[in-house]
Amino acid sequence: MSLYYVQKLIYELNRNPDTTKRFEENREALLASYDLTDEELTAIRKPDIGLLYVLGVNGQILMHYAALWKIPWDDYLKSMEDGVKEHGPVRTGLYARTEGKLS
Amino acid sequence: MTLVFAGACSHAPGITGRANRGDPEQRKNLLESYDKMRLAIKSSGAEALIVIAAEHFANFFMNNMPAYCIGMADYYEGPIEDEEWLGIKRVKVPGNSELSEEIIQIVMNDIDVSYAQEWKFDHGISVPLNFLTPNYDIDVIPVNINCQGPPLTPLNRAYEFGKSIRKACDSINTKIAIIGTGGISHWPCTPDSGKINEDFDKTFLNSFIFNDKKALLSYSDKETYEKAGQGGFEIRTWIAVAGACEGSKGELWCYEPIPNYAVGCTVANMEINYK
Repeated sequence: MSLYYVQKLIYELNRNPDTTKRFEENREALLASYDLTDEELTAIRKPDIGLLYVLGVNGQILMHYAALWKIPWDDYLKSMEDGVKEHGPVRTGLYARTEGKLS
Repeated sequence: MTLVFAGACSHAPGITGRANRGDPEQRKNLLESYDKMRLAIKSSGAEALIVIAAEHFANFFMNNMPAYCIGMADYYEGPIEDEEWLGIKRVKVPGNSELSEEIIQIVMNDIDVSYAQEWKFDHGISVPLNFLTPNYDIDVIPVNINCQGPPLTPLNRAYEFGKSIRKACDSINTKIAIIGTGGISHWPCTPDSGKINEDFDKTFLNSFIFNDKKALLSYSDKETYEKAGQGGFEIRTWIAVAGACEGSKGELWCYEPIPNYAVGCTVANMEINYK
């Protein structure tokens, strides 16, 4: 799992128009420059917003990726609910620190 | 003694991006309160506006995350989000690099703040500015406190940061307004989006209004996360304003929990006690 790089990819897509252009025109080359697992690559490519949420992507980053794909707000929220049903609880990151696990 | 206005308000993107999905009466109250704040800033004669915000990975990332950062540019851009998504047109916002540098230099006596000569505002700053300086005719000095995730700066440091900014304002011959923006309880961009803990919010707001330092600094991050969600970490921005106005009292102008905006929409001011 390389949550850091999944989030970094989306951070740069949100911030840098050149990265967004590469994502549209030469996606695989762009993705190859990040240290991503097969599962993460699948979630990015699809896009599987629910799986990205379960993988631990922070919502403040993930919502931009949903917006990039023109996913409406309500569908974005539902995708995450569906993701948890399909893939189980959030595995890492801030949202995995529930039930008093945050130190 | 040039701090001329202080206050705090919400910045949720739903306020502008999903504007029509809020209860009309609640929205009316919110907008009137933002406008009250706009007029108060204007009538204070402020020449610059410090916005203490909690940005959301628009500029700062986990490769080098500052606990505190102050902008030091002559202009900024925002919002970084899709204009249609946020409901705010992208603009250039005036800054003042010289004034920023003066403030940063003074704050550095107390806090190891970082600075940024490039800053793309996200909704955390663009939403308040949309209501408070709609013509973008006042120099803005953006300030960020990392509130997105641990490790987080302790609350007492956020309070001291506010005190330090106040010290800077009071030693500079420019009229400055300051607002904090963030929180209070919310679970933004998650399946829990829309959940609001009114009890948590009201207790916190009461502590803010009375500038009860002990109560404001009593929250653990564990408690905040459990009761107020990850968005609750943004109480640091309010606490910094309380620190900037230590010993004074505030007034709550608006608290409207609006689930479709994913937050209890709040506008409050803090009186300025001249020492």
